Amino acid sequence: MNPTLVILLVACSVAASCALLGSFLVLRKMALLGDAISHAVLPGIVLAFLFTGSRAALPMVIGAGVLGVVTVLLVEMFNRSRRLREDASIGVVFPALFSLGVILISRYASQVDLDLDCVLYGEIAYAPWDVLTFAGREVGPKALWVTGGVLLFNLALVGTLWKELQLSTFDAGLAATLGFSPVALHYLLMSAVSVTVVGSFESVGAILVVALLVVPPATAWLLTERLEHMVGLAILLGIVSALGGYAFARWWDASIAGAMAMVAGLLFFAALLLAPGHGLLARLLTLRRMGGRLSGQLLLLHLQKGGAVVPAALLERRFGWSRRRLEKVLAPLRSNRLVEVDGDGLHLTESGAKVLESTGRAQLAHKL
Amino acid sequence: MTDPQSVPGAPAIEVHDLTVAYRTQPVLWDVDLQLPEGRLIAIVGPNGAGKSTLLKAMLGLVTPVTGWVQIFGEPYARRRSWVGYVPQRESVDWDFPTSALDVVTMGLYGRIGWLRRPQKHHRETALACLEKVGMADFARRQISQLSGGQQQRVFLARALAQDARLYLMDEPFAGVDATTERAILALLQELRATGRTVVAVHHDLQTVAEYFDHVALLNMRLVAAGPVATTFTAENLQRTYGGRLTVLTQATEALLQKRTAEIPPDLGVKPAGGTPWT
Repeated sequence: MNPTLVILLVACSVAASCALLGSFLVLRKMALLGDAISHAVLPGIVLAFLFTGSRAALPMVIGAGVLGVVTVLLVEMFNRSRRLREDASIGVVFPALFSLGVILISRYASQVDLDLDCVLYGEIAYAPWDVLTFAGREVGPKALWVTGGVLLFNLALVGTLWKELQLSTFDAGLAATLGFSPVALHYLLMSAVSVTVVGSFESVGAILVVALLVVPPATAWLLTERLEHMVGLAILLGIVSALGGYAFARWWDASIAGAMAMVAGLLFFAALLLAPGHGLLARLLTLRRMGGRLSGQLLLLHLQKGGAVVPAALLERRFGWSRRRLEKVLAPLRSNRLVEVDGDGLHLTESGAKVLESTGRAQLAHKL
Repeated sequence: MTDPQSVPGAPAIEVHDLTVAYRTQPVLWDVDLQLPEGRLIAIVGPNGAGKSTLLKAMLGLVTPVTGWVQIFGEPYARRRSWVGYVPQRESVDWDFPTSALDVVTMGLYGRIGWLRRPQKHHRETALACLEKVGMADFARRQISQLSGGQQQRVFLARALAQDARLYLMDEPFAGVDATTERAILALLQELRATGRTVVAVHHDLQTVAEYFDHVALLNMRLVAAGPVATTFTAENLQRTYGGRLTVLTQATEALLQKRTAEIPPDLGVKPAGGTPWT
């Protein structure tokens, strides 16, 4: 199989898995828990290595899954003690588990064929060369099997439990009263996150999994109003980040994982600025437009009340406007011949009076 | 449906010896309470009196230290499908990417059951419920674009979709506009007319006597419970709220107004300063 194709397929599976589960994490305000799990599974992976002495996928997934659940249990325990808030609980638990993993790796370095740098940063470029053998035959790159399997598992999980995940994420209380155990769903979701992280860490590394878990869903949330659209778009954005990041890394000769996270970040900022309706730019433009229109209406109304010619200086004083601001508001009114300048003063034209009449003058006057 | 049969003569809710604590801090202390079927019932008490906790204990959302709750003579777990729940509006994130119709459809999930997807007729039922609260035009609207009153109506529509015999509502009137308040009241009265029971945590003492038939006064312990006419008295309020005078003055005024309103005109009472009725 073409090595580039393998790398791209692995990256896309990882990105899609992370976006799928990350959407629910972000909506549950648990993005940080994904972060914690991605680090805390390390001792689980190392212990699986030590016990089996191999890099077989299944024990690793099980070890990581167990540690993921342990992380959630510990966080909830500290949280329930009411001596620590949730953020601090997470902050205490995952460095503890992660450091345990680091210590285990360094202590048993001779037995564990596991490179710490690889765990932290991942090395997707090696993915095509680590080939899985099954019944004595080579069946293709291991990373592709693992990440593809994880993706299918996640798709099946979210597909079958879509309604339950939606309800328990939006309103855990109602979910509980209706008999859909939100606690069980919570642990199931967190186990899936743990498994996904393990499946991903070889390719993008523990640290950058966080970027793929959080950033594409956060971007998608800015752009959508329905859960199914948000999840779909998050997956798409994740894949775009993966492909774009790979292209960028090749061109710039930089870290592939780093470039993927960077592209995801750039997409987020683009959405934040440019999202229609809710984006910063759209909001700014709407405010401007509304503000400009209101200023124009106020000016027209004032001229009407003033009757004859109103001196510009008087308007500036009354409205607290600068000459520049007055001229800016006036420009569209003059070009539409609603207002005429008469020496130093302004007066309303007939069409100006008509416009004022038609745009609900009474309503406006009432507001003043 | 596979509902267990109603236990004859059982009250809508029976709370027995209920004590609930968060850690070592008791929130409810030895509450004994029976609430009759077919009434509008207010749970009233000061902040931190345990009103929401009582509701959550009835729904099995908090585990009591002692005591039990029965719904129509059975534990909650066997009466799930009989009970509709309206949580406080602030309990969910209204920025959630979902439409009003989706939220109402969630009320049907209990009936739909695990793993199955909502069908077209479920959406139609949900839409009909939105229509009942006057929100059909907003069905496709994302919920963050709704006003507070509209959001509350969406929650009520969701409860209607549950088609329950007993509704537990946590401050349904909190922070809504006057139109929504009237709409909610009309809805509660309609529910009562069809034999449903509504238990609502209520904050506004002035409207208790007007809106509800039955009241439970709570301040960690149950102070009193019974029909509004005999239970919602100045003395009981004093015992519930202690010395909080402003609250009491309001409530007493409301009581007096209610009394005055109840006296029929032919007893010779004339409106102050006006012409006599003819």
